[in-house]
Amino acid sequence: MRAAAEKGHTSAASLPGIPRASKLITSAVAAKSEATTSSPSTKPGHEVLLFEALQEGLEEEMEKDPRVCVMGEDVGHYGGSYKVTKGLAEKFGDLRVLDTPIAENSFTGMAIGAAMTGLRPIVEGMNMGFLLLAYNQISNNCGMLHYTSGGQFTIPIVIRGPGGVGRQLGAEHSQRLESYFQSVPGLQMVACSTPYNAKGLMKAAIRSENPVILYEHVLLYNLKERIPDEDYTCCLEKAELVRPGKDVTILTYSRMRHHVLQAAKTLINNGYDPEIIDIISLKPFDLYTIGNSIKKTHRVLIVEECMRTGGIGASLRSSIIDNFWDYLDAPIMCLSSQDVPTPYAGPLEDATVVQPPQIVKAVEQLCQ
Amino acid sequence: MAPQISTLRRALFMPAIASRFMAPSALSRSFSRSADEDCSTFTVDIAVQFKGHNVEPPAQVVETSAKELMKFFKDMSRMRRMEIASDQLYKSKLIRGFCHLYDGQEAVCIGMEAALTKEDNIITGYRDHCTYLGRGGTLPEVFSELMGRRNGCTLGKGGSMHFYKKENGFYGGHGIVGAQVPLGVGLAFAQKYEKVKGVTFALYGDGAANQGQIFESLNMAALWDLPAVYVCENNHYGMGTAEWRSAKCPEYYKRGDYVPGLKVDGMDTLAVKQAVGFAKEHALSKGPIILEMDTYRYHGHSMSDPGSTYRTREEISGVRQERDPIERIRKLILLKEIASAADLKSIEKEVKNEVEDAVAKAKESAPPDPSDLYSNAYVKGYGTQAFGCDRKHSTVVLP
Repeated sequence: MRAAAEKGHTSAASLPGIPRASKLITSAVAAKSEATTSSPSTKPGHEVLLFEALQEGLEEEMEKDPRVCVMGEDVGHYGGSYKVTKGLAEKFGDLRVLDTPIAENSFTGMAIGAAMTGLRPIVEGMNMGFLLLAYNQISNNCGMLHYTSGGQFTIPIVIRGPGGVGRQLGAEHSQRLESYFQSVPGLQMVACSTPYNAKGLMKAAIRSENPVILYEHVLLYNLKERIPDEDYTCCLEKAELVRPGKDVTILTYSRMRHHVLQAAKTLINNGYDPEIIDIISLKPFDLYTIGNSIKKTHRVLIVEECMRTGGIGASLRSSIIDNFWDYLDAPIMCLSSQDVPTPYAGPLEDATVVQPPQIVKAVEQLCQ
Repeated sequence: MAPQISTLRRALFMPAIASRFMAPSALSRSFSRSADEDCSTFTVDIAVQFKGHNVEPPAQVVETSAKELMKFFKDMSRMRRMEIASDQLYKSKLIRGFCHLYDGQEAVCIGMEAALTKEDNIITGYRDHCTYLGRGGTLPEVFSELMGRRNGCTLGKGGSMHFYKKENGFYGGHGIVGAQVPLGVGLAFAQKYEKVKGVTFALYGDGAANQGQIFESLNMAALWDLPAVYVCENNHYGMGTAEWRSAKCPEYYKRGDYVPGLKVDGMDTLAVKQAVGFAKEHALSKGPIILEMDTYRYHGHSMSDPGSTYRTREEISGVRQERDPIERIRKLILLKEIASAADLKSIEKEVKNEVEDAVAKAKESAPPDPSDLYSNAYVKGYGTQAFGCDRKHSTVVLP
């Protein structure tokens, strides 16, 4: 048990979504000072909910580049089932914000075909799980065309949508597709978790020449945060250091970041000093940030929402073992969801995903 | 069962009988004027009736010239030679994997090229060697790619099923049956979005015609008036399964229902040219249309398929005798006295030498560099690099 004095910094309120101002910057992560909205030299910023941040990012990019267009079910006149595309059809017209029929395979294929000629479409899956119908297009055409055409075509497409376990939505609407798509060569995957990184990642993904899958989470759309007024993007391959620490490196992403932060409150009160990293980039992993952290703490806990089998945690674990074996003092622990279809009943659903008490217990176990 | 087989046979040979009655017109040409330069036009009757679904078919006559006919002959002979050479290369194990040959179907891609420009896009499935050539590809590029060499059209990394030529509007070359059609609708969407006055021709086979994504994408194309033309290259066999065994309604031009369709004799280059020109106009003014090309492939589905277990040798040789597209053009050229039989023979010889030269060149060219394994997996830019923990050792470098 480390003494409280050793911690070196006090923990401010760790409400999910509020960035920890000056604590964020260390040498492990390239300077990202625009994140510190409390710094007096930057503009005041404005408060948004996560879905509004996504919408702002999307709107700004559509204004900048006429080739950017959106396709999906109910994105146009309805404004998007999670309001991410609200108001865009009125502003940009029906062709740029296209309401598609319910044909995921085909409209994803259509978006890829349009991308082959230079357009920059954003495909919205109303729920990420529906994109399984488009798996062939995403894997074979989206991921592979740049390679099989010898570089003739780029596919600057963004595929996004809400995934993850929600509030009793049932098994088919609670899927985590990051584990299914992670092996597809040629794709990049990022997961947003706060309004700040949601807007930044959305803009970076749209500007990227590679196909990017942006994973959002159904339960995070109403997170509130103050974000900068000025134009900014987040790097698609950099992890976010949420809280520096010394005892253990906790790697997480998306909704689990907030569970980890909640668990961190308890851990800090009990005298632990966890370093929390939101990995952001699910493919490729930001091994630089992660490695530097492991060098410091020597213990790793991965907290993820996808299934145990073949999940992001499984890949991350083997990457860490391959690269940083010598720095580890303990086996890597990985907390993932149970390998079951998500049940409807509330308590059962809660039991399929990782909860803060489990995270606390895992850290205590690791740090023995 | 038996009645259906004979119906199919009848369908295959019917057009052949009609073709004997091609009406001659115009004056005969003298041999002194070079046939390759003679652009003066004359009309030719199209033997087999177009069949329309919810659309008035185009006229049964098409305008052509001596120059065009000679070009057809040369280009189709080149394609035929190329496919035969590929057959031999595959058997000598220089081409590996899957090799789907197009011989017999040349009239479709040649007829299309005659009616289209580079502003129009073509996208097709895996039987793409000749379509690639028609879109401006060269023989060395084809053979190098088939043999997996570095100067192949996709750097040796695509193979037989992945030929592309973006600058000429050829979008491939796709391995999964039917998946290219939604891509084609996307190309048409982009043409409408960017206000380009071109049309996208999405080709698929009779096997792919039963894919859901064909109908899904057709619905979208029709809904938004996209300049897309669906071309069903009906060679009557989906690998080993005849059309009557896989489709309840083998009249593929009618299956668009609300989308008009046209059935075309796909072994008649001039009929294809007429139909494609008609379809392009339709797509630009009224919306999508389906063309069904009644065609035939002499080889099996691919080189691993002998092609004779599900159809008889008499059928194959019968179609070759009665409906071969190159023979048709040859007969027309001789009938119109555009060139002599000896002239045509020498063109065939010239083309054979072209192909042999290209094969020889390709055999000598180098395989891809080992570092090419990683090139073009991602596009460089916006920070696509990941480092090891000390920034010196990188386990993943994305070029």
